[in-house]
Amino acid sequence: MVIALIFALIVIFSILFHFLSPWWFTPIASNWRYIDDTIIITFWITGVVFTAVVLFMSYCVYRFRHQEGRQAAYEPENRKLEWWLAIVTAFGVAAMLTPGLFVWSQFVTVPREATEFEVVGQQWQWSFRLPGKEGQLGTSDARFVSPDNPLGLNPDDPSGQDNIVIIGDDLHLPVGKPVKVLLRSIDVVHDFYVPEFRAKMDLMPGLVTHFWFTPTRTGTFEILCAGFCGIGHPQMRGNVVVDNEADYQAWLQKQQTFAQLSAPKKQ
Amino acid sequence: MTDVTVRADDAIPAAEVEDVELYHPKSWVTKYVYCQDAKVIAIQYSLTAMAIGLVALVLSWLMRLQLAFPGSFSFIAPTDYYQFITMHGMIMVIYLLTALFLGGFGNYLIPLMVGARDMVFPYVNMLSYWIYLLAVLVLVASFFAPGGPTGAGWTLYPPQAILSGTPGRDWGIILMLASLILFIIGFTMGGLNYVVTVLQARTRGMTLMRMPLTVWGIFTATVMALLAFPALFAACVMMLFDRLLGTSFFMPSVVELGSYLQYGGGSPILWQHLFWFFGHPEVYIVALPAFGIVSDLISTHARKNIFGYRMMVWAIVAIGALSFVVWAHHMYVSGMDPNFGFFFATTTLIIAVPTAIKVYNWVLTLWRGDIHLTVPMLFALGFIVTFVNGGLTGLFLGNVVVDVPLSATMFVVAHFHMVMGVAPLLVIFGGIYHWYPKITGRMLNDRLGKFHFWITFLGAYAIFFPMHYLGLLGVPRRYYELGEMAFIPPSAATLNIFITAAALTVGAAQLVFFFNLAWSLFRGKLAGSNPWHATTLEWQTPQTPPAHGNWGKELPIVYRWAYDYSVPGAAQDFVPQNQPAATGAAA
Ligand code: HEM
Ligand SMILES: [Cu+2]
Ligand SMILES: [Cu+2]
Repeated sequence: MVIALIFALIVIFSILFHFLSPWWFTPIASNWRYIDDTIIITFWITGVVFTAVVLFMSYCVYRFRHQEGRQAAYEPENRKLEWWLAIVTAFGVAAMLTPGLFVWSQFVTVPREATEFEVVGQQWQWSFRLPGKEGQLGTSDARFVSPDNPLGLNPDDPSGQDNIVIIGDDLHLPVGKPVKVLLRSIDVVHDFYVPEFRAKMDLMPGLVTHFWFTPTRTGTFEILCAGFCGIGHPQMRGNVVVDNEADYQAWLQKQQTFAQLSAPKKQ
Repeated sequence: MTDVTVRADDAIPAAEVEDVELYHPKSWVTKYVYCQDAKVIAIQYSLTAMAIGLVALVLSWLMRLQLAFPGSFSFIAPTDYYQFITMHGMIMVIYLLTALFLGGFGNYLIPLMVGARDMVFPYVNMLSYWIYLLAVLVLVASFFAPGGPTGAGWTLYPPQAILSGTPGRDWGIILMLASLILFIIGFTMGGLNYVVTVLQARTRGMTLMRMPLTVWGIFTATVMALLAFPALFAACVMMLFDRLLGTSFFMPSVVELGSYLQYGGGSPILWQHLFWFFGHPEVYIVALPAFGIVSDLISTHARKNIFGYRMMVWAIVAIGALSFVVWAHHMYVSGMDPNFGFFFATTTLIIAVPTAIKVYNWVLTLWRGDIHLTVPMLFALGFIVTFVNGGLTGLFLGNVVVDVPLSATMFVVAHFHMVMGVAPLLVIFGGIYHWYPKITGRMLNDRLGKFHFWITFLGAYAIFFPMHYLGLLGVPRRYYELGEMAFIPPSAATLNIFITAAALTVGAAQLVFFFNLAWSLFRGKLAGSNPWHATTLEWQTPQTPPAHGNWGKELPIVYRWAYDYSVPGAAQDFVPQNQPAATGAAA
């Protein structure tokens, strides 16, 4: 029976594709290994269900195909079987949801020692801001945006003066230290996405959103925008460079503060 | 046995509405154009939906060409590409699937299946179609407006949708919102009709628990749509105000390409809540009619009663209700309070249980059946495979933390195409092959039908199954071109070419289907009144195609549920719902 065979082949093909495909997660570079683990668990459970259902169907199509003299059984209900299946399904679902929620509770709990920095999105580039010596990010508003102040920092807020501002250049982060990313957009919705970090979050105009992660290996990683933001969306790229502590400090020394950047204009 | 099946001593409940006097058309125009007959309205709805659906299909070819051969086509600039995506998505979801399932199948099947002469408000029903047509025309007009249609993505997220970095910001977005508003008005007129007809106009003996699952699916979907669309309606009006009158419902203080705008205080995330409060139920608005129809296709063509009818009904109702409390799973990374994630992930995964029950009951209906591999049955089987695949990947995206890396990647595109694009479309095709003989009196060509099935089913799987893996890799959606990305190997480009080849093949197969529809109208085999030996009322009409008023002098009386197939001891392997108990089964 061709059709039953084709359904079975779909299952076999899908499984082979899964294991042989060269397209898979990028090598992880953050602490969110648990997310990958949850995906793997989900793959196993859903894969088993898919295989079982489709193979069962293919068997039925083969075994109960119309033949001369066949009559179908008459069986409106089977309460026991129906409840039994519902309960097994509920367990399967719980087996995916439980680890998922467990990891989510870590995701939403930012460690106290995490250092903050800010990502600013605008059509269509990424900028960054790090707290200065005082350790405070100054206030900001889209109202203050001007060619000299592209991030819209409040010029009258003293705690913003020493903030380090990075425009049109790579962001550097020290390896092994948890960071809390604050995200702000001055125009439309964007989304800060580094595939190797797994975590991502929207930049929602009018809000400051956040998430946290710990970079776990050094290297340069691409930042994409994963929130459709107009025709320049695919060009909204950037880089994060994860450094060891010494390199990071060296880089940090070379950066300019908000005060330095706006100083010539003030005089 | 159980109380869903017939017992000889069952009382036959009276109908709630007595037989009605219908408006009788006086001229060709009132018969075929300004027509109040639900069956004609159904055909008008279906043809319009298919015509605009064809536009969405052609747009998908253009998008796939661009993704496979980025930059090779001078007529696909980034602006065009985003307009194509937006129009493709919006047309497919709203103007094709919703209109075809509810306006098309709903209008044709509800009165016939519940044994009514027509919808209860035929005039409003007619208006519903004309307003829908107007909505489609306004949508089409946006293609010709200065600046073209909106390119904001089908989700139309503000602020982007009304700012100048997005194509169609001048006219396109206004026409889009206007068209949606019209659509909702038209739908509401039709929807109220479907609901009242099901509740009030069932014939004698047609209790709710004797209705075919097709009616249950369409009925529940309509109730949901009546509750969900108002959220979109309000959101569209608010966005129109933001765009035209300078209000700030969705607009915080923002900069537009360097200059500060006079907006402030609004919340773009509010749009997302309103949109998805509609948008998630919308998935089930197209899925539930498909669930219902496919149940009937499987039962009829496997010559076996649907397994676990009552569980199937409750599953439809439970899914319908639960789908109103899961909307924010589209917003896990939107920046809403992340603690909502716990709630929405839990509700979302709970829906998997009634959904899985439906799948089990479909395959258990096949078990010990007498499976006729007709074209409608092939589409039904193809639906199960596709739907199971797409439903299972929903468990990835619903499980909040797993969604974080996968959201906004090609994984999402693959998932929703499987589950709400291809799967419901397969049911639509199956339904058309199944009911075309009733509508026209002729069968669709079988060979063309089988060809159409295999290309569409296997082709769609080939398009969307591998696409999940691009998403796992991290390939983002809504990208005009990927450009250079270190993490994307060159093999991904090869895969994209393969996917495009499959998409074009599937597209071409649809032309075969349209040809079949036209050709069989004149040349198809004559069908007779009940070619599939089905039990439900629409196959028991005195004329085929059914005349205005459906039933001749007497309304049918219903004596049994819709699934008396292969009843032990019965003369034939089916007992129509309007056949009295004494001559039917001994059960
Ligand atoms: C063989 C048929 C189809 C093909 C080849 C196709 C192809 C595509 C492509 C290439 C995209 C853009 C993906 C991206 O963001 O990069 C897309 C988006 C979309 N498609 Fe389809 N599609 C098909 C059928 C359908 C159907 C039947 C539906 C109905 C639900 C549908 C609904 C959507 C939606 C809602 C979007 C998202 C639009 C957006 O991002 O704003 N498609 N499709
Ligand atoms: Cu962006
Ligand atoms: Cu973007």
